[in-house]
Amino acid sequence: MVRVVFEFSGGMELLFGNQKVVEADVPQHNGEQQLTVAAAMAWARDNLLTERPELFMKGSSVRPGVLVLLNDTDWELCGELEAAVADGDRVTFISTLHGG
Amino acid sequence: MSTSEELERLRAENEALKAELEALKRSQQPPAAQAPAAAPAANGGGAACPAFAPWDGMQHGLDKQQISRYSRQIILHSFGVQAQARLCRGSVLIIGAGGLGSPAALYLAAAGVGRLGIVDRDTVELSNIHRQVIHRRVGGEASVGVHKALSAAEACRALNSSILVETYLEGLTPENAVELISEYDVIVDASDNAPTRYLISDACCVARRPLVSGAAIGTDGQLTVYCHGEDGPCYRCLFPESPAAGNCARCVDAGVLGVVPGVIGTLQALEAIKLVSGVGEPLSRRLLAMDCATGRFHCVKLRAKSPACVACGTSPAITAATLPTYDYAGFTGQAAANDAAPAPLQLIPREERITPRQLQERLAAHPDALVLDVRPLEQFNICHLPGAMHTPYKHFDRHLDAIRARLATPGTHPAAAGTAATAGDAAGQDGTAEDSSSPSEQPPFYVVCRRGNDSQRALAALRRAGISQGVDVVGGMEAWAREVDTSFPMY
Repeated sequence: MVRVVFEFSGGMELLFGNQKVVEADVPQHNGEQQLTVAAAMAWARDNLLTERPELFMKGSSVRPGVLVLLNDTDWELCGELEAAVADGDRVTFISTLHGG
Repeated sequence: MSTSEELERLRAENEALKAELEALKRSQQPPAAQAPAAAPAANGGGAACPAFAPWDGMQHGLDKQQISRYSRQIILHSFGVQAQARLCRGSVLIIGAGGLGSPAALYLAAAGVGRLGIVDRDTVELSNIHRQVIHRRVGGEASVGVHKALSAAEACRALNSSILVETYLEGLTPENAVELISEYDVIVDASDNAPTRYLISDACCVARRPLVSGAAIGTDGQLTVYCHGEDGPCYRCLFPESPAAGNCARCVDAGVLGVVPGVIGTLQALEAIKLVSGVGEPLSRRLLAMDCATGRFHCVKLRAKSPACVACGTSPAITAATLPTYDYAGFTGQAAANDAAPAPLQLIPREERITPRQLQERLAAHPDALVLDVRPLEQFNICHLPGAMHTPYKHFDRHLDAIRARLATPGTHPAAAGTAATAGDAAGQDGTAEDSSSPSEQPPFYVVCRRGNDSQRALAALRRAGISQGVDVVGGMEAWAREVDTSFPMY
């Protein structure tokens, strides 16, 4: 199990029962040592998401218009889907806003 | 120091300051008035105007009036007279004179940006004013009906008549974007829709202009600087694929707390001032995410620009030549007119729909008839028809059982009893819905929403659930407020 702090903002929280921060113990894939962002994301979809999964993910990745952060850093700088999530890490999903 | 010594020192200082003040007053007189001052006799025998320049600065080019007006930021150690001079010589283009553009334009005008451009194409509506605070008439409360760019420019000039304010009333288009943006040093994206955001970012890439991007909705705000420096990403580097149109909440649907764009727009002015004046660290490769509901301000680290980016990469497909014909509406799946009502749809057969006027007649004949209102709770709470049952379209399936129970309840129209039994009557019912005024042919219930689109979707969901009755009201409560009851509040 890896302790993960999920954060949802920019409207993403609406898909997760209006929760902005959720701490959860996420199991690694069978036998694997590491938890990847991809696995954490799929776990959040299967266990935390309350509605409209198509607004969260597209295929095995996040849907267009959502920024994923690992400990406040753009996941592209950490390895995207394959980035390793360690105990206590924060995985953040921010939906881009257009209003003004 | 004794009291008398202190007194003497202050007197001397006072005299010196008086002399300085006189000298400055003389130097401030317009040339016409200054000429006679050179002849002592014509100036009441006062001191002669010195032949040399009375004061010298660091070649900043600011005049006394400007120094006085901007003195509090000029004396700021981290800003200073040279930064102010760059600001006064600089230019900023603000795209959108709405919730973000309002404070951005006011603060940039007040701070002394030499040339401000304001782009918009809408006119002010009453529902804008709670956040678009720039739109106010002298002697009146609001400039409802006035063009937003003109209204904003007027407010900026009233605040600071020494700057130049330019307006563009046609909005930003792929045809004019690059040329317009090239005329300014820094661009502020204060727009409210995805296609315009992509257009602004692309044009800034082409014209090589730094872009201060802000966005706000509900109680959330975001701020970042794109297209800056060697490695700053553009909007497309972050979001190469546009989110689906349905995933973009709009102020007109989702609402916005007025102060939220106020905060972000103010921060956009700050970033623009930093970029024009060359002071501080711009928010490039960083994004400020603001959650006003919980008071959380989160600054996160962003990727560098992508070499593969079609707008700012090593071999961009979007160039000055191709941008004007780029299909932004097609790319984002939505039009740039953001506050506009969605197009009225025709999703269910026309004969299953009635006008608000027909609804009024039928409700008069059958006060007990059931009205399902499928708008969100916030809108339902503002105002609804007496006795309307609230079954919001979001999570509509959760209300199906309650609707069935209600239809089976005595007091509702008799035809409603035994929903399943009447399922086959749909065609007959529908055929009479449009033109019949005979009370005996009344369908058992009516579905309304804000504008008449969600109500059709709800009816389609009812049909799928085996409930074949029910009639849609064309145009929803907005049409009701227009055509039947003008006292019905709209929003």
